[in-house]
Amino acid sequence: MTPPLIELRGVLQTYGAFTALDRLQMTLPDTAAMLAIAGESGSGKTTLARIMLGFIQPTEGQVLYRGRDIATMSRAERFTFGREVQPIFQDPFNVFNPFYRVDHVLKTPLRKFGLASTQAEAQRIIEDALSRVGLRPKDTLGRFPHELSGGQRQRIMVARAVLLRPRLIIADEPVSMVDASLRATILDEIRDLNRDLGIAFVYITHDLTTAFQLCDDIVVLYQGRVAEAGAVENVIGAPQHPYSRLLVSSIPLPDPSRRWGDDDLQADPAQSARTSAGCRFAPRCPQAMDRCWSTDPAMTRPLQHRVMACHLDASAPLEGTDIVSAFSEPDRARSAPPRGQQGTKA
Amino acid sequence: MMADPALRVQDLVVQYDTASGPARAVDRVSFTLRQGERLGLIGESGSGKTTMGTALMRLTRAPGRIVGGSVMLGGTDVMTLSQRELRAVRLRDIAMIPQGAMSSLNPVLRIRVQIEDAIHAHEGRLPKAEMAARIAALLTRVGLDPAVADRFPHELSGGMKQRTVMAIATSLSPKVIVADEPTSALDVVVQRQVMQTLGRLQSGLGAAVVLIGHDMGLMAQFADTVGVMYAGRLVEIGPVAQMIGAPRHPYTRLLIDSLPGIDAKRRLTGIPGLPPRLTDMPPGCAFAPRCPLVNASCTASVPVLQTVAQDHHAACHLYPGLAALPPLTTRAAP
Repeated sequence: MTPPLIELRGVLQTYGAFTALDRLQMTLPDTAAMLAIAGESGSGKTTLARIMLGFIQPTEGQVLYRGRDIATMSRAERFTFGREVQPIFQDPFNVFNPFYRVDHVLKTPLRKFGLASTQAEAQRIIEDALSRVGLRPKDTLGRFPHELSGGQRQRIMVARAVLLRPRLIIADEPVSMVDASLRATILDEIRDLNRDLGIAFVYITHDLTTAFQLCDDIVVLYQGRVAEAGAVENVIGAPQHPYSRLLVSSIPLPDPSRRWGDDDLQADPAQSARTSAGCRFAPRCPQAMDRCWSTDPAMTRPLQHRVMACHLDASAPLEGTDIVSAFSEPDRARSAPPRGQQGTKA
Repeated sequence: MMADPALRVQDLVVQYDTASGPARAVDRVSFTLRQGERLGLIGESGSGKTTMGTALMRLTRAPGRIVGGSVMLGGTDVMTLSQRELRAVRLRDIAMIPQGAMSSLNPVLRIRVQIEDAIHAHEGRLPKAEMAARIAALLTRVGLDPAVADRFPHELSGGMKQRTVMAIATSLSPKVIVADEPTSALDVVVQRQVMQTLGRLQSGLGAAVVLIGHDMGLMAQFADTVGVMYAGRLVEIGPVAQMIGAPRHPYTRLLIDSLPGIDAKRRLTGIPGLPPRLTDMPPGCAFAPRCPLVNASCTASVPVLQTVAQDHHAACHLYPGLAALPPLTTRAAP
């Protein structure tokens, strides 16, 4: 049996007294999945991205990449991990060195990983990656970062990730600083990359609408814990956890006939630090009951393809708390292409 | 009888003098805002929407300058006021909630002092008790605890800072509020709270609001009227339901089509191409190079706003020839 692409085992990340991630247990199967991690600022989603990328070593717990703990990998394994797992960051402005032409960010990784034996081959790989993200190589190469728009720069970052033929791209808010008319195009290109090249994506966002359009599954984080997880159609289409419901009802839909209700919302989230041993969401929850203040809810499966941590669901707690394997039942086969062609190209 | 408009902008032109020539960030923009109306002004980065907002208060800074047009606030033209008169008008008659409220508060002063400053500048010293009561009322009105007055900005969350800025902006009950992306750095739930607060303030004061932003969803939630800017020009303006349900300008249509929804998964389509550089505008319509319905007249002359339905105007050569816009498909990406 193939080991999962990424497996988190009891990952805990604290910064002083602050707990960013609270013993997260989760697997991402090696099936070119499209997984969204959603939450507000302070939910731990960016910390999670950095841990999965191996940028930070969690305070406790393990991160396994294809069955190998990334903390104890050999140099060679670490090198492969560095090529196969690629990041895309939010800000397409700060990641470029303004003194170098954009070619630099494309050629450097190719050289570092020795993916091209000749100049011509490097050129071909770069041109292929640029075309995949809708950029014309001749209009892009040789330019300086300031000569390109934010959207073009972000596409170059996507191309940079793609040319290494990764198995997994972890994209942290990749389109939040890109204009609306381009955002849709970039997300569509990401979907093509997933379908055509079999690259798995972890899409980290606070925007449930793009998560719904792009991904198969979603994990909603609240203060370092999973509130609800499942197929996007379920979690966003019919949220069960009061927090997911709050998030979904706060989406500004571009439809004046479906405006937000005028109901007063609970306290400012920034002022809603956990005050008891109970549920983290209790201070903001419109349905908080007595036991929400005393007991932390366990993970349950209220419906198929869905897990959540809320006392509103009376079903039996799940064995273990590996949330992604809990909703990815084997019957949900994905139509991802086999990964065979990948290795040969790289 | 119709009441006087709260704001009437006529042929406003704001220009930046750049090394590669003049750039018209706002190019002959005209619109009228009724009292109590909520106008959403939407555009992508570089479309001139923020330049437009600052010009309404004559806060334009070099290298930008207002080179033409008028901004009538009630009976006065803001463009003809002396600096002294202008200071009196700002905050009292027209107030701004700037982009990034986080950085518009003074980090070393307590909130109380910052609100007092605004009131002092216009009304002179008030008795201490009266001032304290007024500050408490202003903070309560934006949904904050009056105790916030004694805090420093760094002790507040992003949402609280944004509310504080809203309390300052409305401290003199202005008739026009210009809100420039007031929720751009906020989470979705806080965004909703802040927008609801702005809505309540607006209706409580009977003020007109110009909400500047790039998110059509927010406009749909908040605005009565939506105006769309493209490359410095106002290309379409009309009632929100019509603008979203039956837009007339191809740019507005494509912008709306590019929005992801949560009802059904579909292919996401952006608008191919890029907006023109303001120093190198194409002849005629600025959107012509990206428009799927472009024809010869589009490059011949700049289209002006014309009435396409009641209270609905579009700057597009398709009208008056067309009654409505046909379905659009974008050309393949370059």
